[in-house]
Amino acid sequence: MTAALRTFLFRRRGGERWHWTDVVTWVWLVGGTILMFGPALWLVGSSFKSPAQLAEFPPTILPYVSRTVVVPGQDKPLPLYVVKLDNGETREMAEIRRIGIMAQMVDPAKPTEIVRVNIQSRTPAREIGLALSNYTEPFTHFDFLTYLGNSVFVTAVATLITLITNSMAAFALSKYQFRGRNAVMLLILATLMVPLSVILVPLYSIISAVGLFNSLWGVILPTVATPTGVFMLRQYMLTIPDELMDAARMDKASEWQIYWRIVLPLTAPALAVLAIFSVVWRWNDFLWPLIVLSRKELYTLQVGLNTYAGELNVQWHYILAMTVVTMIPVVLVFVFLQRFITTGIAGSGLK
Amino acid sequence: MAEVMRKAGAMLTAPFAWAAAAIDRPLRALQNAAGTNGMAAFFLAPNMLIFGLFVLLPLVINIAYSTTAGTALFLPDRTFVGAEQYQRLLTCTDYTDPKSCLEDQFWIALRNTALFVVLQVSLMTVVAMVTALILNREIMGRSFWRAVFFFPVLLSPVVVGLIWRWILQRDGLLNAALLQVGLEPHVWLTDRFWAFAAAVGVSVWAHVGFYALILLAGLQAIPKDLYEAAEMDGTRPGRVFWRITLPLLMPNLLVVIVLALIRAVQIFDEVFVLTGGGPGTSTLFLTQYIYEIGFASLLKNPGLASAASILMGSVLVVLTLIQLAVARRNEAKGRRE
Repeated sequence: MTAALRTFLFRRRGGERWHWTDVVTWVWLVGGTILMFGPALWLVGSSFKSPAQLAEFPPTILPYVSRTVVVPGQDKPLPLYVVKLDNGETREMAEIRRIGIMAQMVDPAKPTEIVRVNIQSRTPAREIGLALSNYTEPFTHFDFLTYLGNSVFVTAVATLITLITNSMAAFALSKYQFRGRNAVMLLILATLMVPLSVILVPLYSIISAVGLFNSLWGVILPTVATPTGVFMLRQYMLTIPDELMDAARMDKASEWQIYWRIVLPLTAPALAVLAIFSVVWRWNDFLWPLIVLSRKELYTLQVGLNTYAGELNVQWHYILAMTVVTMIPVVLVFVFLQRFITTGIAGSGLK
Repeated sequence: MAEVMRKAGAMLTAPFAWAAAAIDRPLRALQNAAGTNGMAAFFLAPNMLIFGLFVLLPLVINIAYSTTAGTALFLPDRTFVGAEQYQRLLTCTDYTDPKSCLEDQFWIALRNTALFVVLQVSLMTVVAMVTALILNREIMGRSFWRAVFFFPVLLSPVVVGLIWRWILQRDGLLNAALLQVGLEPHVWLTDRFWAFAAAVGVSVWAHVGFYALILLAGLQAIPKDLYEAAEMDGTRPGRVFWRITLPLLMPNLLVVIVLALIRAVQIFDEVFVLTGGGPGTSTLFLTQYIYEIGFASLLKNPGLASAASILMGSVLVVLTLIQLAVARRNEAKGRRE
């Protein structure tokens, strides 16, 4: 194990001694790991801190919660403090009440003996623990569940429609000879890079004209006819031999059956890639939902989060927790499928 | 293998088999009427309908829209003013000073975007290049390191903006770290210079993994024997990079630069969440300008926003044409080799 680790750590460029490029490599990789994962981890860690702890500066690395203790004779659990007494002794004591700068403290072991302590000479007793209320409260108090539902609906429906319409178009463009096929291809290619920001204003008026303003369908429909998807699926379908179709036609299969039962199953790998991308794209969409949705109960997660963060009194403890929930699907995709995606991107330059 | 894939695909489509079966009979009737090739129109229809209504039509309407004025939403209700919106956007007494322009916000956004594009694309290209070169070395766990740099690419712009806002805020991690090493804390996002620097840095952080991957694919396509020959001749590594790696990587590098340019011109989401365009107008970019003028501000003027988006769109069209030309040349080259 150690030998393997040593050869791993001290692998060098050719020769015996460390080359400067080896140093650069490891500094870059380790530094890169900290820089790329660190911020997200810091966010996750912070999301488990109580509001009081979030306001602390400098911040602690780990989240802590205040310890409490049940003292006989008191109806509620009391917060514990480490108290420095006048005689130099330090003791853990519970606070009964606080008046001004003086607190009435009691030793849990001796519940009848009340000591008055200056609040300057005590610090809260804390232990590592998670403020899970950051996560549970947004679910009950805010519209968070609504936002989550909206985001799931938009992502799922948009991805389904994208897969069906794009694969149908790709099927037509790869398996049929018809007049204007090249024109259609060219049209799709030409708009491959027309970004939403360029057609924002007229698209908004069209969405309003067809009555989809303030509707989740208004968020979904403009995004589903993605040229990238059509192009990608078409390239893949071109590799499926036409003989399969001819054989099916001999067996009196309809064109629809050929599409559904032969070509679509064979296109599964490309469809999977498109599905993953579509999920990530639609889940992350921000600008378009921001414009189409003006009623709070229709907000998607991204829009809702931004609204919370934009409010005057930013409640970071809720925002951080909700941001973490927003990250979850994307992190899952990353963990399970990153190898698949990274090779896919490197091969096609797709995004 | 193909059989396995087919089975997996069939399993995925199975839950919807009832729907597919239900429309098969009417579609057979259609096929009998239209012929086999006529079915192409049927398969194209859904996508082209959505595409036409929500991509092509807006593109065309945009041009008409930009020649009209007023706050009315629908084109027929708007008054035709010709090139007036463009004149408003492009009129300045002193083109070096945005304040002297009729639409000073547009010029500020334009200047900010230009500066952003230059800085962000050059920084990102260099970082992506170094990362790709390092990932291309024979290191252990290469796919892990590759994933490390790719991770932020999948995050949503809102999440990216919030992560960095949390770190760069007054009581944030960066200031705590500075305090640790004995330096003065600073207010990063409310300082004009640093807010802009943060916009550049954060967008590089969020996207560099994607471009590093494209470059890495290019590096891995360079034949190994070229390097072996160079090593045999005792060529120094620096020289190998300039004489072998860089020339052979040029097609991928060009793709990366043009794609990054196209992306950078449209920068909006992550910066909007990070700084909201501020402090003042120091991180106001073109897309946000269009958004504010078209939708968000009290002085709503969709015609002006339309004209601005067409100006921005024309830059993007030029960049896209360059990109397609580069891609085509690469493809032609690939065939020759």
